Amino acid sequence: MNAAVHAPKEPPTKVAVRSLDFYYGADRSLKNVSLPLHANKVTAFIGPSGCGKSTLLRVLNRMYDLYPGQRAEGEVLLDGENILDPAIDLNALRSRVGMIFQKPTPFPMSIYENIAFGIRLYEKLSRADLDERVETALRGAALWDEVKDKLQTSGLGLSGGQQQRLCIARSVAVQPEVILFDEPCSALDPISTAKVEELIDELTNRYTIAIVTHNMQQAVRVSDYTAFMYLGELVEFGETDDVFNKPKEKRTLDYITGRFG
Amino acid sequence: MFSIEPSRRSANGAGGEAGSEMSEVVLQQAAAQSAVADRSRALGRMALVDRIFREATRAAAVIVLVILGGVIVSLVYGSWPAIRAFGFGFFVSQSWNPVTENFGALPAIYGTIMTSTIAMLIAVPVGLGIAVFLTELCPYVLRRPIGTAIELLAGIPSIIYGIWGLFVLAPFLQSHVQPALIAAFGDIPVFSTLFAGPPYGIGMLTAGFILAIMVLPFVASISRDVFETVPPVLKEAATGIGCTTWEVMRYVVMPYTRVGVIGGVMLGLGRALGETMAVTFVIGNAHKISGSLLAPGTTISATIANEFTEAVGDLYTSALIELGLILFLITFIVLAIARYMLMRIEQRSA
Repeated sequence: MNAAVHAPKEPPTKVAVRSLDFYYGADRSLKNVSLPLHANKVTAFIGPSGCGKSTLLRVLNRMYDLYPGQRAEGEVLLDGENILDPAIDLNALRSRVGMIFQKPTPFPMSIYENIAFGIRLYEKLSRADLDERVETALRGAALWDEVKDKLQTSGLGLSGGQQQRLCIARSVAVQPEVILFDEPCSALDPISTAKVEELIDELTNRYTIAIVTHNMQQAVRVSDYTAFMYLGELVEFGETDDVFNKPKEKRTLDYITGRFG
Repeated sequence: MFSIEPSRRSANGAGGEAGSEMSEVVLQQAAAQSAVADRSRALGRMALVDRIFREATRAAAVIVLVILGGVIVSLVYGSWPAIRAFGFGFFVSQSWNPVTENFGALPAIYGTIMTSTIAMLIAVPVGLGIAVFLTELCPYVLRRPIGTAIELLAGIPSIIYGIWGLFVLAPFLQSHVQPALIAAFGDIPVFSTLFAGPPYGIGMLTAGFILAIMVLPFVASISRDVFETVPPVLKEAATGIGCTTWEVMRYVVMPYTRVGVIGGVMLGLGRALGETMAVTFVIGNAHKISGSLLAPGTTISATIANEFTEAVGDLYTSALIELGLILFLITFIVLAIARYMLMRIEQRSA
């Protein structure tokens, strides 16, 4: 999408994944994966179900840590710091690396509280400042006009697309550096999908974004870089235009032309 | 021969074909008819089964109402002499004198409410703590053993809690805990009354402890079950903006499961209010209201269990039945309040 905007030089790397292996118990589901996430760019992960895209995403904010028997080996450097280090502060990491899930996950509280809740975890703000931050976040997620008159009603009462944008606003409100999207549009209708994609496009000004998607048109539309994964391996990584127009690997070509997967 | 054969065969064939065609039509009609008959028979059978099923389930539901109504009617009927004799005074009188046949329910009501309150004050925080630990923090291998142990706790007959309370817990409290409480709170107003003197061992506090242990499994296992209904992705989302486990529990899991947790607490409270045997063992069975929690008291169910066999005279029996009616009302009111609270919560979140 942004082929013309691409600087001739490689943009700086925000997250560097190096020789990453991942195990669910004894099953090795990521095999020696290495790739960069460039700062202020969108990187799409594509590949058939079970290829390890979501797993890779869940390594980037150590979400897998919630579950026993899952472990990662290798290095993931966020601004040069290895986040797989057991000594790292997980809450701080997750405040730097936000995540949006396949299904919208509004908390069981009001729309206002859904946003304010995350902010309050880190900052003590006056009521007015907090109001302002909530409004900014909702405007940032293109949701303000739709909800400004019902901020005190439950977040669960919104439509699926609105809930997903509320979740994005919530992530943005805590001012992360990286945002991970795990198939954010797979439960949304086309109009909501378009809104979310538009939003992702705007967010790249400020954030580094990784998105897992099953929709190849979506990968082409929103991403600057694409990683094609298959059976736990990274098959190909490159600029989205290159990966889709002149893939180097035959497996990539077969997948994007719909011959398998 | 050869010239005839074919013609015969053809004639035969034609005739045969015609015959078979006809018979096929007939057969088809017959088959269709019998199929229709079969189907209507089957449908009739199903309709009958359906009807029986509907009536049976309706009967099951109606029986509950009939029993409930029967219990209320017989309680009111049985307590009528006492209601007529004492009127509203029964609720506020502290006297309990079988000789002069002067009865009042206040000490028993007070004891019932106090012991249940103590039980819930202990059991709810501990039970929620157990549930949080089991669902969020406990190492995987320990989850099942601890969970099973808690469920077993619910299966212990109350008489066993009673003898354990009388022979083990009460002496222990008497020699170790109660003197410490008396000493610690002796100088603080209000508390000095609540924990005033001598350490009998048995009394309201001991009964409250026993009840707490008895209702703990209800609160813990129901809370654990409802905590497990929270979608993992919701917890991940909260973790994903940097919440600690405490914050995930407090702000996401608790609000999400509030209705279920309150249900579990109410079930526990219902048990605490009505529990008889264990309480009778350790409460001391004294018909008086004492400011101190260490003093003996009584509860409604303990009074009934203790005195029913020796109740001579219609008024004595009737007073005991009226106590039962009051317990019934208290339980009913508690459940009604719980329902009302749940309704309010649901309305607010909707």
